[in-house]
Amino acid sequence: MAASTTAGGHVERLAARARSIRFPLAAPSWPATVERPDPERKIGLDYDHEWSRRYPVRLARAVVMDNITRPVAQVLAPATVRGLEHLRHLEGPVIFAANHASHIDTPLLLTTLPVEFRHHTVVAAASDYFFDRKWKSVLWSFTLAAIPIERSKVNRRSADTAAELLEDGWNLVIFPEGGRSPDGWTQPFHPASAAYLGRRTGRPVVPVFLHGTRHVLPKTPDETGVPPGGSGTESRRGGRLRRSPISVLFGAPLTLDEGENTRRFSDRIEAGVATLAREVDGDWWQARRAVSAADPVEGAETAHRGPDAPAWRRSWALDRPPPTGRGTSWPE
Amino acid sequence: MSRRPGFVLEVDKSTPPTLFWNGEGFTLETLPEGSRVIYAPEPMKALDDPYGAIRHALLHPLGDRDPLPALLHAGMKLTICFDDISLPLPPMESPDIRQMVIETVLDMAADAGVDDVMLIAALALHRRMTEDELRHALGDRVYDAFAPHGLLTQHDAEDPDNLIFLGQTDAGEDIEINKRAATSDLLVYVNINLVAMDGGHKSVATGLASYRSLRHHHNPQTMQHSRSFMDAPASELHSSNWRMGRFIAEAGVKIFQIETTLNTDTFPSSFAFLQKREWEWNVRDRATYAATSRSLQAAPPRLARQIFHSIESPHAMTSVQAGEVEAVHAVTTENVWKQQGVDVVGQTDILTLGLPYICPYNVNSIMNPILVACLGLGYFFNLYRGKPLVRQGGVLILRHPTRPEFHPGHHPSYIDFYEQVLTQTVDPVAIHKQFEESFATDPWYIHLYRTGHAYHGVHPFYMWYWCAHALEHLGRVIIVGGDPKAVRRLGFSPASSLNDALEIATDVVGPSPTLTHLHAPPIMMADVH
Repeated sequence: MAASTTAGGHVERLAARARSIRFPLAAPSWPATVERPDPERKIGLDYDHEWSRRYPVRLARAVVMDNITRPVAQVLAPATVRGLEHLRHLEGPVIFAANHASHIDTPLLLTTLPVEFRHHTVVAAASDYFFDRKWKSVLWSFTLAAIPIERSKVNRRSADTAAELLEDGWNLVIFPEGGRSPDGWTQPFHPASAAYLGRRTGRPVVPVFLHGTRHVLPKTPDETGVPPGGSGTESRRGGRLRRSPISVLFGAPLTLDEGENTRRFSDRIEAGVATLAREVDGDWWQARRAVSAADPVEGAETAHRGPDAPAWRRSWALDRPPPTGRGTSWPE
Repeated sequence: MSRRPGFVLEVDKSTPPTLFWNGEGFTLETLPEGSRVIYAPEPMKALDDPYGAIRHALLHPLGDRDPLPALLHAGMKLTICFDDISLPLPPMESPDIRQMVIETVLDMAADAGVDDVMLIAALALHRRMTEDELRHALGDRVYDAFAPHGLLTQHDAEDPDNLIFLGQTDAGEDIEINKRAATSDLLVYVNINLVAMDGGHKSVATGLASYRSLRHHHNPQTMQHSRSFMDAPASELHSSNWRMGRFIAEAGVKIFQIETTLNTDTFPSSFAFLQKREWEWNVRDRATYAATSRSLQAAPPRLARQIFHSIESPHAMTSVQAGEVEAVHAVTTENVWKQQGVDVVGQTDILTLGLPYICPYNVNSIMNPILVACLGLGYFFNLYRGKPLVRQGGVLILRHPTRPEFHPGHHPSYIDFYEQVLTQTVDPVAIHKQFEESFATDPWYIHLYRTGHAYHGVHPFYMWYWCAHALEHLGRVIIVGGDPKAVRRLGFSPASSLNDALEIATDVVGPSPTLTHLHAPPIMMADVH
């Protein structure tokens, strides 16, 4: 425990040092008054990621994943994994539809996948965030086998790419919320996401619930919408890695029922994730009973979307972060 | 992608630090929010076929001139004069424009059977060029054809046997110029216009003149009334040269002027970051900046100087025009502005400038403190049309190491000027009255000018006079990072950092001044409304 805490501290210090690097060693920021030209470089949705699925690259990625990413993840975010039995007899390719609270979700999810899925899975990543620079495009394509998707609107090209990869035998990780949760509670799932791809390709969708990842890598104050300056009491933990245990729960695979439309299928996927959310603190039966099969969306709201209440009460109702193991930092 | 024009950036919190030249190096400075940074237009496209363009210009002259072949005939006396080492900056990659133009002229002269041809470097009071420099400017083919026969010479402003007095203008200005050039049947002048100040009648009336002529416009009064040198209609320096040029033409000297303009592609790709907007620096630019700036800081100044002076610029020709002087120069000036002009609204309280390692008078040499003053206050301050960038009584902040180092072979009189004159006064008018004549007529300086590679004895005075308009206009001049003793000797204030300089400046311009930075390279000219 002490060793892992020390390792977490090292990681945090390394991350802090990386953040302290300024221009010209770091990339320059863009003056607010200068209009950005249309990028001629092939980034964003135009990025050509085909290279990242060639055999030598897959091999290199597998070496990195198994020898660096997994050990680091096990120290940084020791995971309790449940529901792997659902994947045991499942024939790929499949779509993993997970809730999304942190940038760390993707590597943590990939490292907990069984080996037969782990090295043959692509990740749908927001083109405007993970593919907005050439170096980021290369980095995420290599390390996570990420592919760019349009998250703010339905984009035929993104959907076509994902569907083609599924048809080629690749598993797909997708976050149907379209982005990280702003407050820790799950946002409504977009039907044009996992449900659409499941319907179009006929592949099963596996609901996944990731619990506790937002404590490992919370959003930064900027990302949570906290204005700069402020009262000085804002959290300074945003954007920094912290050691914290997590849970990863896999649900039973879902396929499109006869006559079911995409929206309804999406609701069912969301209800599957909501059921898994309930399972974190209980068992499957209690969770299943709590989420109404007759009205899965209603059940999902009570399970993982949080109460319809002011911001502080929604935050209050969320689970509390576990202690850091480094003693209290109060008073700062 | 089309060429982007120059623009004025208002610094905000997202603006990355701004590049400043710092002599044989560079640095990044964080400017206060609300400051303005003036960025130059991007380089214009080079002419696809420069030799073809030159030939076309010679065959289709502007103004009252026949095509060059029609002016050439057997038995005539032809003199080809050309700009010296002071242009362009940095020296350009081979082939130099002068070589391309002169080779084309000589081809036409050979076709016409002209035997009596002489080439003259129009030095005025500058140092003589070395063989290597002449070979670089003219090419080996021209050099080897003319130099061994004594037909490639350099103007000697102190050679009484090769000067001719043509008379006086209505304003009482003596006109004494190179005799060979003045008595030729045709004088072809090959010019490079790096800035709007170059060329026109200044080519012959200054480049081929003697001290007797030059003193009429190279003096504090003329300089103070040239606002600016880059804006000919507002420049007394140009008025004087134009009077002289017209007098020379009326005296029967037939001039065929060939003027060329360059784009601002100033540094090779290894220094590409120098000309890019900082927020557009890619990984290579940032790595190059980090590596070169660290290396240059660690290198002895002498080594850093050698590295920089070995740089040859990829400048390329954007236009060439030939014919009658004034008609040609009007087009040339327009083309220079097209490349370098930036619209700027309003003046500023503080103007900041990073000064490079080079100016017209220290090519392959040392930038001594007097040249630092001349580059900052004479050249950069005057890169305007309309109004100076900085308001009357404002502050100019320069960044340069300003070491008290001199090249004894090139700048001998500068050393004495620094030790004997600036210790007495920094007032250009007082310096002009008390000291100029003794330096200008000193036999030792004249000897070094005529036989070595020394600038004329009076040259440091002229450098100081270039500063006269700025000195009269500004409330204070501060040099950041300069040798404090040298900076004080110039009459300026030293500062160890930009923040210190801004603090010092508040004594003059108040606590909340406006600040503008001229982002060079490349060179540009501000059209201040």
